[in-house]
Parts: sequence; C-alpha cells; structure tokens
Amino acid sequence: MPERMFTLLIWGAALLVTGALLWLLADTVLQGVAHLSWAFIVDAPEHAGRDGGIGPILVSTLCILGVALLVSLPLGLGAAIWLAEFSRQGGFLGQIIRLSLDVLAGVPSIVYGLFGNAFFSLFLGFGFSILSGGLTLACMIIPVFIRSCEAGLSAIDHGWRHGALALGMSRSTAVWYILLPAAAPAIIAGLMLGIGRATAETAALIFTSGYVDRMPESWMDSGRALAVHIYDLSMNVTGGNAAAYASALVLVTLIVLLNVLAQAMTDRWVKRRIFSA
Amino acid sequence: MTINNSTTAYTLGNMTLGQACCTPVPHLQIKKLSIAYAGNTVLDDVSLDIYKGCITALIGPSGCGKTSFLSSLNCLLALIPQASVTGHIYFDRDDIIHDAIDTMRLRRRIGMIFQKPNPFPLSIRRNLTLPLREHGVRNRYLLAEKVEQALKDVGLWDEVKDRLDGSALALSGGQQQRLCIARALVLEPEILLMDEPCSALDPIASGVVESLIKRLQGRYTVVIVTHNLAQARRVANYAAFFWMKERVGTLIEFGRCVNVFEHPRNPLTLAYVRGQAG
Ligand SMILES: Nc1ncnc2c1ncn2[C@@H]1O[C@H](COP(=O)(O)OP(=O)(O)OP(=O)(O)O)[C@@H](O)[C@H]1O
Ligand SMILES: [Mg+2]
Repeated sequence: MPERMFTLLIWGAALLVTGALLWLLADTVLQGVAHLSWAFIVDAPEHAGRDGGIGPILVSTLCILGVALLVSLPLGLGAAIWLAEFSRQGGFLGQIIRLSLDVLAGVPSIVYGLFGNAFFSLFLGFGFSILSGGLTLACMIIPVFIRSCEAGLSAIDHGWRHGALALGMSRSTAVWYILLPAAAPAIIAGLMLGIGRATAETAALIFTSGYVDRMPESWMDSGRALAVHIYDLSMNVTGGNAAAYASALVLVTLIVLLNVLAQAMTDRWVKRRIFSA
Repeated sequence: MTINNSTTAYTLGNMTLGQACCTPVPHLQIKKLSIAYAGNTVLDDVSLDIYKGCITALIGPSGCGKTSFLSSLNCLLALIPQASVTGHIYFDRDDIIHDAIDTMRLRRRIGMIFQKPNPFPLSIRRNLTLPLREHGVRNRYLLAEKVEQALKDVGLWDEVKDRLDGSALALSGGQQQRLCIARALVLEPEILLMDEPCSALDPIASGVVESLIKRLQGRYTVVIVTHNLAQARRVANYAAFFWMKERVGTLIEFGRCVNVFEHPRNPLTLAYVRGQAG
C-alpha cells in the first residue's frame, strides 16, 4: 500500500514539524511567563539583567527595527519596481542585480555584522549606534524583500499592464494604483520575513549597535537589541535563565504583534487604493 | 437621436448618437506596414485606410498577425522590446511610427479592447474613474456623471448600479468585457480597436456586445478582429482579409463588407469566407 505509506509519511512530517514548533513555543511560554510582569517590561535591567527588566532594550530594539524598515521599505520597493517593470526583459544589468541579490540573501548574518561594523560604524563614523545597527539590518533584509516583491509583481497578469497603458495611463499610475495593490500579498510576505529576521538578529547587531543596556537618548547612542540581550543572558550571565526566557517570550510576542500590524496596515492601504473613488 | 433597443435578458441603455453615417474619409492611413518579432517578419506590406465612423472587420486565420496589426495602431507594440514596426501609419497628419508623438494622448484617442476581459482588480466605479482622473477629470459630480453614462452606454448600469463599489472581478465574463468597453468609452476616444471582444463570451453575452458594437457605428471609428465570420458580416461596413503567405501574414483583400463576402476578387478570400480554407 504505497498510497497509505505516503499519507502516513506526510502526516508524520507535518506533525513532527508542528510538534517541534509547539514544544519550543510551549517551553518558552512555560519557563518565561513566571518571570514576566509589567515591571519586567518597563524597568531597566539590573545586575547584568538577572534582575530588573528590559525597558530600554525593548526601546532600542524597536528603534533599530524602525531604522531598518524606514530604509529598506522604500529602497526595496523601488528596486523591485525597477526590476519587475522598468528593466529590459532579460537585460544584462537586471540579471546581474538579481544574481547579486540572491547571493546576498544567502550570506550569513555575521558577515553583515562585520561589514556594518567596518562601513557604518568605522568608515562613516556612526560608531556603535542604533543607526549603524538599523542600517546593517536594512542591508540584510533588503535582498530578500526585493526578490519577494519582484516575484509578486512579475506574477501579475500582463492584461492589466497592457490595459492600463492602452488607456493612456502612465506607467507610474499603473504601478502605484494597480500593480502594487495586486502584489500586496507578496509584499507583506517579504515584509514579514524581513521583520522576523531583523527582530531575531544577534550576530549582525553585536558589532554594530552594541551591548549597552541603558535607555538610548539618540540615534547615535548604542542600544542593546532584545535578541542580543537573550544571547548575553543565556551565554554569559549565570543565573540569567529566567530573565532570558521571559525576554524570549516578549520577543516572540513582539514578532507576532508586528506581523499582525503589518498585515492590518497593508489591508487598509489596499482597501483605500481599491475602493476610494 | 437616441436608439431604443428591444429588451432582452440583458438590457442595453440609450445611446446618444452623432449622425450615424459612415463616410469613406480616412481616419487612419496605413502605408506599407511591416511587423517583425526579433527579426522574423510576421506581417508584411499592409496598406489600407480605416474610414471614419465605420466599422472595419479584420478577418483571417490564426497567427496571421491581426493582433500585432491592431496593437501597432495605438503604439502598444512599441512596448514589446523585440518587436519592430516599419512603414507609416498616418493619424491626424502625424506619422505615429516615425514622428515624435505623445503616446499617452494618442492612446486616449485610440482605445483598445482586449480578447481577454481585463478589468482592473479594483471596484467597478474605480475602474472607470482611474483613467478619467489620469486624464485630468477631478470633479466628483462630473466623474459620477461620466461613470453612469458610460455604464448606461454599454447596458451595464441596471446590472451594477447597486454594487459600484464591489470588485469588478466579481462580474461575469460578459459583464467584465462590457465594463472594459465602458472603460474605453469613458475617455471618449475617436477610434476603438477591438481584439476578438466576444471570443471569451457565451452566445447571449456575445450578442449583447455585438449589438453594442453595432451602435458605436457613426460615433466611433471601430476596428474589430473577429474569427466569427457571421458576426463580421453583421456588424462591419468594411472588411480586411489577412492570409499567411510563406508563413508571413499579408493583406489579401480589403473592401466594403458585402463585396468581400459576396463578390470577393481573390479566390483565397472566396475559399475562406465559404469555409473551405483556413
Ligand atoms: N511577443 C511576441 N514575440 C514573438 N513572436 C510573436 C509575439 N507576438 C506574436 N508573435 C508571433 O506573431 C505572429 C502573429 O501573431 P498575432 O498574435 O498577431 O496573430 P493573430 O492573427 O492575432 O492570431 P490569433 O487569431 O490566433 O489571435 C505569430 O506567428 C506569433 O507567433
Ligand atoms: Mg490575436
């Protein structure tokens, strides 16, 4: 009965994967929830994070992510639109760019960290700062984001493009009002992948946004990201396990919240594009 | 003058016509037009006049270059990188192939309907207002008025007036195609190019679109590609017959519809319209 075997196998695979994920999640929740409190979320860390909370770290994380998204969203969308709509089909430049993006997407994050340190921190003189960290993260997520948006745009039926042009509409109108909303699902998917990767990143941030766990006062201040904090607590701080689990729980919740937010915002944007007169 | 159509399952609204005449005054003059894709000629040496206010049907077997011909008339072919067009197309004293013309304005004056209905993935209303806005119509009342008029022209108003803000993709195929025609008409073009507008529709919807095309005569210059010879005969004033010679499409015969169908000069045309070739 190969058919039954097959069914059994795919069910097994699905269960295994989901099970492992659930176990991971349950473990985080169970071990973290005891240490979690409102004070933990807003207070500053004490004794290297064993006590106190993660307030400044949460702020730094959001700032770094903010910088990364602010830079990568417009750049990534622009590049994707150029690749999908304006580059010559099968053109040399487009091919080279696509190849480079695919290579860049596969580069380990530690390499981005070293690059960010050399370029943003030292060469441009941003030092260990939220700005350096955010820009480094932007470099890291842009390749995946561009390719995802480009794939979304390229998958769109040519009928709409030709229809728009045949009505004497400019290409920019066609892109902005018809193609981008139609590609929105792919764009969100790319965005979420980017947010997830950026929020969970340690290696690229250790050398760029640094370790300092004080509340940042400007973009040029060093700020410790949540993932870096978790890494530090679990590797370098004895007795930091409870705080590490609680921080991990906050991190997971944060990623889920950001995804929901991104989805809701895109939905609203698409609705406005589609239905406003 | 208004024409009232008899009411069927679908209803067509009233349409104010200009003088319903078809005079042999050239609106588009095509001289020695050739089209090639990546060096392979697919259409060679076509010369014909498209007359103002008349309906011209393009007939011929699949692959003889009818779609390519049609898309060269509104410069849509220029968007395909490997396509090259030679010859002359005169419109309003300009040669649209060689002269520097404003293609966006040209495409507003020469509308196109595609074989596959392609309403935008927007609301029904927005399908019509988006092109209008692009061409500078901003006034809300004017927009609403034009939307209503265009939908009435294609007989879609009664069917969709309660769901103008619903998705256009939820319409049936025939409704979608009529929406696309309305979208082209709302810009008040002078010429309408239609590439097999009924081929994706059932006979009833196709009949509705056909009578719609018939009513465009006089007010618009229409060029329609169709594989349905009976339809060509019913709607067209002029007919152009394309044929493949050594795998290159060319124009065999052009003339008044009755002449092409009843008394063709070329034996190939005779065989094709009798259904013995192609
Ligand atoms: N983008 C393209 N690239 C290369 N060749 C093309 C392209 N578009 C059309 N052709 C070729 O040009 C020839 C004419 O195509 P066209 O679509 O104009 O034919 P048609 O008369 O409209 O056919 P049909 O009645 O089937 O729609 C065909 O041989 C086709 O293979
Ligand atoms: Mg065709």
